Amino acid sequence: MLSIVDLHVRVEGKDILNGLSLEVQAGEVHAIMGPNGSGKSTLGYVLSGREGYEVVSGSATFEGHNLFELDAETRARAGLFLAFQYPVEIPGVSNMEFLKASVDAVREHQGLPPYDAVTFMKLARQQSASVSLPPEFLKRGVNEGFSGGEKKRNEILQMMLLEPKLAILDETDSGLDIDALQVVAEGVNARRSDENAFILVTHYQRLLDYIVPDFVHVLANGRIVKSGGKELALELEEKGYAWLEPEVA
Amino acid sequence: MSGFDQNAAAALTSRADAQIWLEAFRDLNRQQWLASHWPDRKTEAWKYTPLTPLAQGDYLRFPTAGKVQIERARYDIPGLDCQRLVFVNGEMMPELCQLSPAREACCVTRFCDADEQQQALITQHLGKIAEATDNPFVALNGSWLEDGVLLQVAADQRIEEPLHIVHMTTPDQQAFSVRQRLLVALDSGAEATVIEHFTSDEARQNSFVTGVSEFKLAAGARLTHYRLHLEEEHNIHIGGVYAQLDRDAHIDSFFLGLGSRLTRLDLRIQHQGAGSHAQLNGIYLSKGTQHIDIHSTVEHEMPQGSTSEVVRGIVDDEAKAVFNGRIHIHPNAQKTLAELSNRNLLLTNTAEVYTKPELEIYADDVRCAHGATVSQIEDLSLYYLQSRGIDRKEAQVMLSFGFINELIGALRHEPLQRLLRPILTQWFGKDSGLTRHLL
Ligand SMILES: Nc1ncnc2c1ncn2[C@@H]1O[C@H](COP(=O)(O)OP(=O)(O)O)[C@@H](O)[C@H]1O
Ligand SMILES: [Mg+2]
Repeated sequence: MLSIVDLHVRVEGKDILNGLSLEVQAGEVHAIMGPNGSGKSTLGYVLSGREGYEVVSGSATFEGHNLFELDAETRARAGLFLAFQYPVEIPGVSNMEFLKASVDAVREHQGLPPYDAVTFMKLARQQSASVSLPPEFLKRGVNEGFSGGEKKRNEILQMMLLEPKLAILDETDSGLDIDALQVVAEGVNARRSDENAFILVTHYQRLLDYIVPDFVHVLANGRIVKSGGKELALELEEKGYAWLEPEVA
Repeated sequence: MSGFDQNAAAALTSRADAQIWLEAFRDLNRQQWLASHWPDRKTEAWKYTPLTPLAQGDYLRFPTAGKVQIERARYDIPGLDCQRLVFVNGEMMPELCQLSPAREACCVTRFCDADEQQQALITQHLGKIAEATDNPFVALNGSWLEDGVLLQVAADQRIEEPLHIVHMTTPDQQAFSVRQRLLVALDSGAEATVIEHFTSDEARQNSFVTGVSEFKLAAGARLTHYRLHLEEEHNIHIGGVYAQLDRDAHIDSFFLGLGSRLTRLDLRIQHQGAGSHAQLNGIYLSKGTQHIDIHSTVEHEMPQGSTSEVVRGIVDDEAKAVFNGRIHIHPNAQKTLAELSNRNLLLTNTAEVYTKPELEIYADDVRCAHGATVSQIEDLSLYYLQSRGIDRKEAQVMLSFGFINELIGALRHEPLQRLLRPILTQWFGKDSGLTRHLL
C-alpha cells in the first residue's frame, strides 16, 4: 500500500528526514515511536502534502501513485488521511460544512454523488455519537474552542467519515484520558480490515494495549533505527530510547 | 470647473414645497459647506480616498420622479417581522411601506409629516449629533435636506419589531444625487432596532448617495443598528452614522460595506454619560476597482464606558480599503474599557489596505487594546482543508468566508444572517462549485 524508500526531507534548510524507508501492506498496523524532534510529524506532513517540506531524494509510493506528484487534496481523495498532532482551528467555517465538503470531495473522486444535506447530517450525527462528540460540536467552527481531547475526537470523526485506506494518526493519544483513548482505539479497530492500514505515531504503550500493532518502529534522527513486533514497544516503555543510542548516533 | 465643488451645496435648490421650518438648517449647512475645504490628498481624513469619481461625475441634479417597478426580493428580509419604509431614489413608495398604527410608545414619521412637537424634536437634535463642521459631506447632506425619517421611542418602551428603512437607487437618464437623513431619538430606557438598507435595483447605476444618520440615546436606552451597503457597483456613497450615548445607554451597531465603486462611511460614537457601552462590528468587502473607506471615531467623555469594535475586511483584485479607527479617551473617562480590532485579508497582490488604529488616551485608569493586521489566507488552515480532500480554490473561498462569517453569526436578528449569507456567498464568486459548502 505504502512504500517509502530512502526518503530525505528538508524543512527551512534543515535536514529532518535522513534516509527513511518503510513498507506498509494492506491490513497492517504500524506503530512509530521515537524521541521528540526525531521527525515523526514531518513524515506525516510530507506524505500528506504540506507545503514547505522539501523532498530532497527518495520516493513514496501509495497505491501505485508517486505521492510527491500529487497535490494534497488528491492524496486525500486517493485514500490517505493524517490525523493532526495539533488540529487546526478554523473559526467561521462550520464543522458540519467542513465535514460535508471533505466527504463530498472524496466521494466525487470515487465517482459517487454528494450526499444530500439531510442524509449527511444524519450520518455525521451518528458518527460523532460514536466518538462521543456531542452534536453541538458539528455546528461550531472547525475545532473552534474545542479542548485537546475534543479536537482529537473530531480528527477520528473525520477519519470515520472519509474512510481512508491509510490513516496516519500523529499522537492522537497524547493528552487523552482513558475514555477518550478507548474512543480513538474503537474507531481504529472498527475500521481495521484487510483493505486498510494504519500508522500510529505514539509515545505510549497504553494505546497499543488497545490497538495491537503488527510492527513497531523507532524513528530517531530522521531514520528508522529499529523495527520489531509489538513486544518492541514494551521494551521501549521499559528501557526508553537510550539503549538504542549507538544506532541513534 | 469640476462638477462637484464649493458651489454644489447651492447648486441644487430645494423644491418650492420643501419644509420651510428646515430652511434655517439648510442655510446653516450651506454656509458650512461653503466654508469647508474640498477634500484632497492633503486632507488627512481623506488622504487615501480621492474624490475624483465624484468630482468628474456630473451628479449635480436631483432625480426625475418616475414610476418604477421594484421586485419584492430587492428589499424584503424574509422572516423579519418589521415596520418598513421604502424609498426609491429618495422618494417614498407608500405602497411598499408597512407601518404599524401610530401610538404613544413609538412614532415613525417623515420630516415632511412631522407635527409641531416632532418638528421641535428634529430641530433640537438635527446636526447636533452629526456636526457639519467635522465633515463637509454632512454639511452637503444638510444643505440639500428636504425630508428624512424620525424614529422616536418613549421612555421605557421596548419596540421589538425593527424599523427597516430601504433606500433603493434605480438608474435615471442622467447621473444624479440622492440624500437621506435619519434621526433616532430614544428616551430613557427605550429600546429599538433600526436597519438601514441601501440597495439598488440593477447593475447599471448612476447615482451619488449621501446618507447621514443621527442617534440620540438617553440614559439606559438601547439601540440595535444595522447599516447595510448593498448597492450595485456603479454607485457612489458618502455617508455617516453618528451616535450620542447618555448614561448606561447601549448601542450595538453593525455595518456591511459591499458594492459601490466608492464608499465612504464615517462612524462616530460619543459616550456622553457614564457607563455607556458600544459594540461596533463591521465588515467591508472590496473587489474589482472598488474603493471603500471606513473612518470610525469613538469618544469616551465620561467614566466607566466601554467600547468593543471588531472590523474585518477582505480585499480582492485591484480594490482598495481604508480603515481608520480612532478611540479618544478624555481625561474624565476613568475606568474605560475599549478594544478595537481590525483584521484584513488580501486575496491578491494588487489589493491594498490602509489600516490605522489611533488611540488617544488622556485618563490613567483605563484598559485599552487595539490591533490591526493585514494578511493573506493562512497556509496551515488551507493545508488542513486540502488534507481532507477539499479543492484548494474551494478551500480558499471557505476560509475567506469563514473570516467574516464569524461576525455574521454574531448578528442578533437571524433573518439578517439568512439574508446576508447568500449575498456574501455570491460575492465570493458565481461558481457554485466553490461556494456550495458555505451555507
Ligand atoms: N517548520 C519548521 N521549520 C524548522 N524546523 C522544523 C519545522 N518543523 C519541524 N522542524 C524541526 O524538525 C524536527 C522534527 O520535528 P517533528 O517532525 O515535529 O518531530 P516529532 O514529531 O518527531 O517530535 C525538529 O527538530 C523540529 O524543530
Ligand atoms: Mg510530532
